[in-house]
Amino acid sequence: MFFAQLPIYEQAILALAAGVLLLSFFMLAHPRIYSVIKLFAWQGLVLAATTALVAFDSQTPHLYISAVLTLGLKAVFIPWLLLRMVDKFEMHHELDEIRRPGLTLLTAGALVVFCYHTTLPIAELLLAITRNVIAICMSVVLLGMLMLVSRNKALTQVVGFMTLENGLFFAAVAVTKGMPMVVELGIAFDVLIAAVIFGVFFLHIRQSIDSLDISRLSRLSEAERE
Amino acid sequence: MENAAPMMDYLLLTLGIPLAAIPLLLIVGHHRAGGHLNTLASGLGFLASVAMAREVLASGPSAHGGGLFFVDAFNVYLIVLTAFVGLTTAIFSGPYMAHEAERGRLTAARLRLYHGSYQGFLFTMQLALSTNNLGVLWVAMEGATLSTVLLVSLYRTPESIEAAWKYFILCGVGIAQALFGTVLLYFAASKVIAQPEQALLWSELVRVAARLDPTTVSLAFGFLLIGYGTKVGLVPLHNWLPDAHSEGPTPMSAVLSGLLLNVALYALVRLKTITDGALAHAPTVASPHMAGYLMMGFGLLSFLVASLFLHRQKDIKRLFSYSSIEHMGLMTFAFGVGGPLATFGALLHMTVHSLTKSAIFVTVGHASQLAGTQRMEQIRGLIATQPAVGWGLVIGTAAIAGFPPFGVFTSEFLLLTATMKLWPWLTLPLLLGLGLAFAGLLRAVQPMVYGTPPEAQRPVVANMWPVLIHLALVLWLGLAIPGVLARWFDAATRLIAGEGVL
Repeated sequence: MFFAQLPIYEQAILALAAGVLLLSFFMLAHPRIYSVIKLFAWQGLVLAATTALVAFDSQTPHLYISAVLTLGLKAVFIPWLLLRMVDKFEMHHELDEIRRPGLTLLTAGALVVFCYHTTLPIAELLLAITRNVIAICMSVVLLGMLMLVSRNKALTQVVGFMTLENGLFFAAVAVTKGMPMVVELGIAFDVLIAAVIFGVFFLHIRQSIDSLDISRLSRLSEAERE
Repeated sequence: MENAAPMMDYLLLTLGIPLAAIPLLLIVGHHRAGGHLNTLASGLGFLASVAMAREVLASGPSAHGGGLFFVDAFNVYLIVLTAFVGLTTAIFSGPYMAHEAERGRLTAARLRLYHGSYQGFLFTMQLALSTNNLGVLWVAMEGATLSTVLLVSLYRTPESIEAAWKYFILCGVGIAQALFGTVLLYFAASKVIAQPEQALLWSELVRVAARLDPTTVSLAFGFLLIGYGTKVGLVPLHNWLPDAHSEGPTPMSAVLSGLLLNVALYALVRLKTITDGALAHAPTVASPHMAGYLMMGFGLLSFLVASLFLHRQKDIKRLFSYSSIEHMGLMTFAFGVGGPLATFGALLHMTVHSLTKSAIFVTVGHASQLAGTQRMEQIRGLIATQPAVGWGLVIGTAAIAGFPPFGVFTSEFLLLTATMKLWPWLTLPLLLGLGLAFAGLLRAVQPMVYGTPPEAQRPVVANMWPVLIHLALVLWLGLAIPGVLARWFDAATRLIAGEGVL
């Protein structure tokens, strides 16, 4: 099936999905903390646009609410909160380099292939469009996890965690046209609380080890500690 | 139904009392009365849950609030257990936290946060147990993490902050997998159930389970198992558990270990029912017992790994949190085996483990206040200094290690019998694990309670009533399960396994 033969709505969804995945790759490899947060805000915006598009096409008004929630939380509030932390700790030029960017990106590529492979059995029941979207959502989730393990700073780890959630939101919107309203609201509330708690945590970590470098938090382990 | 109205009232009270107590305690929780208020709220919640249980046992399963809530013998028993352990731990927590504040480990603001979060935690767990909507279940489970994460770092030591960060990130990532699984399940359900608002209701999903697409459901169960399994503390997703338990304040360890792990396991059992229904008629996709096999595998792995790790611990709270992983592994294994006997045993084991483990953590809290440390090599001569604490630890450890005549022995014996019937060879690793855990616990506890106490060691103010009540209940359950409780467990077994044992 060729891209140009699809209806315009499906083309748009696919293009936006590709955009979400591409932004995940950017975030994975970008060394500057400040830019990673901005990329994250862009991903939130693309996600909100996709939600609004699905709402328009499928005539489901409650999805507009969820689009507004996504826009408010993922594209505005959380990036604002994180950027405020950057201001507060004067980290505008601070880098969080990953040790082997090439290898990390190759791993990420392999993960995407793996996701396409895993979702194949389900895809047989579906239209080609859902197959792509479900694979991309799962990829964004796994890339978020990869970002969590390859980054050392608390701020970039939080961005990794939140991209992972972006992937889930995208799956809920694109594959099932959103969740029931009560669930959507509950999830948004949880994300909001989580963002606030992360903010509190940055202060605590900063106070206790005078840095936001998580790799220095390593007192607890199975080995004997003194 | 004519008695639906009082039922709904009791349900709303069970949920509403802790919910209303959150803002109240966030404001006045630092006063001397804060601890009492916390106890009062937990006590009222317990009374409401008992009244609800009476209604459920009399009238059978029922849905409320437009299908948002669903109560049957299985979840109402866990609701009562949660409210009960919440109450006794609150009784213990009042003087304990006051003592911690006197030692200068806590400020007024943190005490407010502590009491508010305590009720928040109880509320999210009761919501997770009573809801019928799998999406709301997820929201409540995540809420339980959020309400406890700042409690783990309450003392603000570098270790506790590290433990809380680990807890937050690992459980957050884990539970995100469960959300993906929920989305997949919703996707499968939306092809069968017409109204989108109904498609995540557990009672509806069970009804149409046979028509759900088996491939999607089995993939969904995989994600849900990873997600909620992280919360149960299944190996290899257990890393957060010993840290969070050992660094947080002791009342928190008691409710985390005694209650939160149960709630996560409850979610898995509910989802297994749906998965079994969907796979029963599709042998080509996967084995019809896939969900059970996965739970057996992870359960047995957790059980064995945790009983080995028990031997390496230096911190008393870490020791008992590994014991929790071991017992949760055993229960997951038992629910995976399925069948009436194993299910009955697992339900009983959930109860006795919660009661015993929270009693042990209360005792451990007193013991470490007494010795001024959590390192086991520096805790000595507990019986000589304060016999109540020392003997409490001895009896609690004997109970959790599975000594007869305590209830843990009864449930483990039932589980072994069920395993021997269905999977005779798996009895060997079970016996091995039980023996290892037994040795690990006794080896660690024996020198702490006997031996000569250090010079400066003085008794502390200890309220041993919660411990006494819990251990007496466990003893009672081991000697003779009361008729009403046996019928209750049997009704729950019938709901999960299809047939009862009585």
